[in-house]
Amino acid sequence: MVDLSVKIAGLKSPNPFWVASGPPSNTLYQANKAFEAGWGGFVWKTIGAPILNVTNRYGGIDYGGKRVIGFNNIELISDRPLSVNLKEIAEAKNRWPDRLVIVSLMVESKREAWHEIVKRTQDTGCDAIELNYGCPHGMSERGMGSAVGQVPEYCTMITEWVMEAAQIPVFVKLTPNVTNIVASAHAVKKANADGISMINTINSIMGVDLDSLETQPHVHGKGGHGGYAGPAVKPIGLHLVSQVAKDSEVGLAISGIGGVETWRDATEYMLLGASTVQVCTGIMKLGFRIVEDMIDGLTHWMEEKGFQNTHDFIGKSVPRVSDYKDFDIMYKTIAKIDYDKCIKCNLCYVACEDGAHQAIELVSQNGQRYPRILDDECVGCRMCELVCPVHCISMIDVDRGHGEKSWSQIVAENPGIDQDWGKMEAWRKKHGFVIH
Amino acid sequence: MGEAWRAAKLSPDELQKNFVEITPPLKPEEALVESNRCLFCYDAPCMHACPTHINIPSFIKKIATGNLKGSARVIMESNFLGATCSRVCPVDELCEGACVYEPFGKPIAIGRLQRYATDAMIANNWRLFEPGSPTGKRIACVGGGPASLSCAAELAKLGHKVTIFEKRELAGGLDTYGIVVFREPKEVSLKEVEMVRDLGVEVRTGVKVGEDVTPHDLLNNYDAIFLGVGLGRVLSLGIPGENLEGVYDALDFVEATRTQPIKEIEVGRRVAIIGAGNTAVDAATISKRLGAEQVLILYRRGQEEMTAYDFEYEFAKNEGIEYRFFTSPVRILGNHRVDAIECVRTQLGNPDPSGRRVSVPISGSEFTIPVDMVVRATGQHKYLQLLDNLGVKHDKGRVIIESETGRTSNSKIFAGGDCVLTPNAMAATVIAVEHGKIAARGIHQLLARAG
Ligand SMILES: Cc1cc2nc3c(=O)[nH]c(=O)nc-3n(C[C@H](O)[C@H](O)[C@H](O)COP(=O)(O)OP(=O)(O)OC[C@H]3O[C@@H](n4cnc5c(N)ncnc54)[C@H](O)[C@@H]3O)c2cc1C
Ligand SMILES: Cc1cc2nc3c(=O)[nH]c(=O)nc-3n(C[C@H](O)[C@H](O)[C@H](O)COP(=O)(O)O)c2cc1C
Ligand code: SF4
Repeated sequence: MVDLSVKIAGLKSPNPFWVASGPPSNTLYQANKAFEAGWGGFVWKTIGAPILNVTNRYGGIDYGGKRVIGFNNIELISDRPLSVNLKEIAEAKNRWPDRLVIVSLMVESKREAWHEIVKRTQDTGCDAIELNYGCPHGMSERGMGSAVGQVPEYCTMITEWVMEAAQIPVFVKLTPNVTNIVASAHAVKKANADGISMINTINSIMGVDLDSLETQPHVHGKGGHGGYAGPAVKPIGLHLVSQVAKDSEVGLAISGIGGVETWRDATEYMLLGASTVQVCTGIMKLGFRIVEDMIDGLTHWMEEKGFQNTHDFIGKSVPRVSDYKDFDIMYKTIAKIDYDKCIKCNLCYVACEDGAHQAIELVSQNGQRYPRILDDECVGCRMCELVCPVHCISMIDVDRGHGEKSWSQIVAENPGIDQDWGKMEAWRKKHGFVIH
Repeated sequence: MGEAWRAAKLSPDELQKNFVEITPPLKPEEALVESNRCLFCYDAPCMHACPTHINIPSFIKKIATGNLKGSARVIMESNFLGATCSRVCPVDELCEGACVYEPFGKPIAIGRLQRYATDAMIANNWRLFEPGSPTGKRIACVGGGPASLSCAAELAKLGHKVTIFEKRELAGGLDTYGIVVFREPKEVSLKEVEMVRDLGVEVRTGVKVGEDVTPHDLLNNYDAIFLGVGLGRVLSLGIPGENLEGVYDALDFVEATRTQPIKEIEVGRRVAIIGAGNTAVDAATISKRLGAEQVLILYRRGQEEMTAYDFEYEFAKNEGIEYRFFTSPVRILGNHRVDAIECVRTQLGNPDPSGRRVSVPISGSEFTIPVDMVVRATGQHKYLQLLDNLGVKHDKGRVIIESETGRTSNSKIFAGGDCVLTPNAMAATVIAVEHGKIAARGIHQLLARAG
């Protein structure tokens, strides 16, 4: 039997799946439902300064008829009184001792204000605190949220204030709306935070209504940027998590967030360095019940892969995140079609013909046309494989017969090759490196 | 005996239910889901399978993006009778049969999506095409069925002045008079006639060429002629008893359900349909839906040799139609009204010149089936005399044309649709439409050359 529990920042979570701070983590009612469904942790909807919310708050992006592949919001922090939230948090923790209740906080940038909220929060008996430095709209206009997260010095300063009062672990939730997220992580590390949650939402405008010409979503005709989340942001989240995980100085536990909906998404985050993952949009769309398959799927995957323990695989793909200059340039793949599966839609043909390298031809047979890869023309870009609706194309390895070589090595061995096309052509000729 | 032959009338509700379009229109949500399922294949097999080569992926994509007007335009550009075709085309044999998803058992519902777009066009009265700038050329289209309508529309778009001569009261040909109501209401066909009129085509109904207008007049007064006269009524069986009351021509029977109030149409309790093509299935299913207790399709060959599409055969069986294969009628019995049909068992003999094996009666195997009504659904008449008067070459009444241009043996006369000889081609509206288009191009070339 595999063990799904995770140790993170001195805490033990029964599984790596946490409800992220957001609408699903707004109330005791939801905390009870989430824990009943099986979630290991529950990051309470950010509490702190008084606010008022607007309608409507959400926008979604559909693709090919699939609804909400990306999601955005202009919702602020909890609009319920602090006292109500604190009371419910205490009750939730009391009722679910073996789960983690983490409370997300955001107040104005004053030392006393932070001291007070931290004290009142930990009095509830909750397990940890998460500092929201990420909310990209509304709160930032008031000097909070991403207005803090975007300035490393503020991150350090406020985290230090919090650490002065905190007696329980502190996570800092980072905004992706920065040019270098590693700098944010360093700033947090400097203040001795215990962990990092990432990513918060990304600045975005979801669309424009072609009848009313209003942006989406809009508040009585006015709109603006909101925070982007949902499946579409997962690649961005994965990248940013990997950057922080890879950095040798940070060394903090990470709770990964952004577009997680299935155990697969979660496992990918974990392989790239996240110890736990958090879910918001996925629950908003499908409910707390999605955790059942997350637990089930991860269990089966671990069994299949022979991982007894989550820590056997957390971060296991981080060393694979490398730099272009170190990639093996001699590695070659070309596309191959499995004709038993091919349905002759010819989508690979048009993709390669117009958007890639004219390496597929259409062959006529019995009045039907089907695609054929021209092996010598294929540059191995993989476009055809990606567009094939029935997954009948695979990329197969081809040995160039010249061993492995990275760009760094090539430049080192051939000085000036990166400046001189003549040298480049000569090298290519020598190594049988054909381009199209 | 008296009125015992007559099947009990169904209630108005039942009749209404039985004669409303079987396939419901797609709801907007359904159309969105279905259109998004389309892969947008390149060089798509469905396009090749459509006789009019509608750019199917393009019109479906436009439904998905909410561009319904553009979608309808794409359809109508290739097929001016796209609304009718979306309902009557044997899509299993054509576009949907070729869909790359077909082997998965779930081809894209191309026909229904086409109907979705063209229904929107009809509901919104979109005018999608304009007549071309006038060329001064005049063309006469003989017959007002799908072939002529398609030809006329294409010619009008090119700026030619077209007059359609139709002997019936309404134009549209079999689309108006011959399609079973639960597949297509005649309003759709008549709307298409309207759309052809909107392009400036003159549609003269109640004018029969050969009687009201002579072929000679046409040849003198027009720069070119398109022949789209289709085929005539159903051939007689040539057996005794055909004149008895209760023996019908399938076309008349189908037509009645399109032109008369359904509740006034009578049907026998036990109906025998002679022939096993698509028309036979239509006559049989109508009989059943009108309330006939037993409907038999009598066919002198076997299931393998039937010309009906597979889906039609399945449909008939689902409707409760019974088939009697290797059964050939010998005579229809009765005094005043039909009360039985005498048949003989048959077996397959040698192939005829067309390759089909003939049916050979087994002597002494005669037997009688009691029936109250007999419907002839055996082949249609050809207009030999008209063709001879026009002086076009034909093969037993089917006009011989050059397939790339639709031109007949007379360089001024073009033809298309059911009246022409096309080896192995099915008789279908969509084929007539394509013939009309091809002939329009042929005529346009001829007139351009003439200057
Ligand atoms: C019962 C039945 C059901 C069918 N169901 C389907 C179906 O579900 N799907 C499908 O695709 N196809 C179906 N078809 C076939 C389809 O209707 C025909 O292939 C199509 O209508 C042929 O078009 P057309 O223009 O060549 O001929 P028609 O539709 O026959 O039109 C010819 C027109 O010419 C007129 N005409 C004839 N002689 C003269 C004259 N001398 N002067 C003036 N006018 C004249 C006629 O009155 C008629 O209106 C069906 C056919 C039948 C008989
Ligand atoms: C495979 C690939 C290669 C690209 N190469 C370049 C490039 O060389 N120069 C550039 O300015 N943008 C490049 N882009 C970015 C595109 O121009 C474009 O800004 C980006 O893909 C966003 O648009 P899209 O996702 O709508 O296609 C590239 C994009 C892709 C997908
Ligand atoms: S891998 Fe790229 S170049 Fe090769 S066939 Fe596929 S699309 Fe064309």
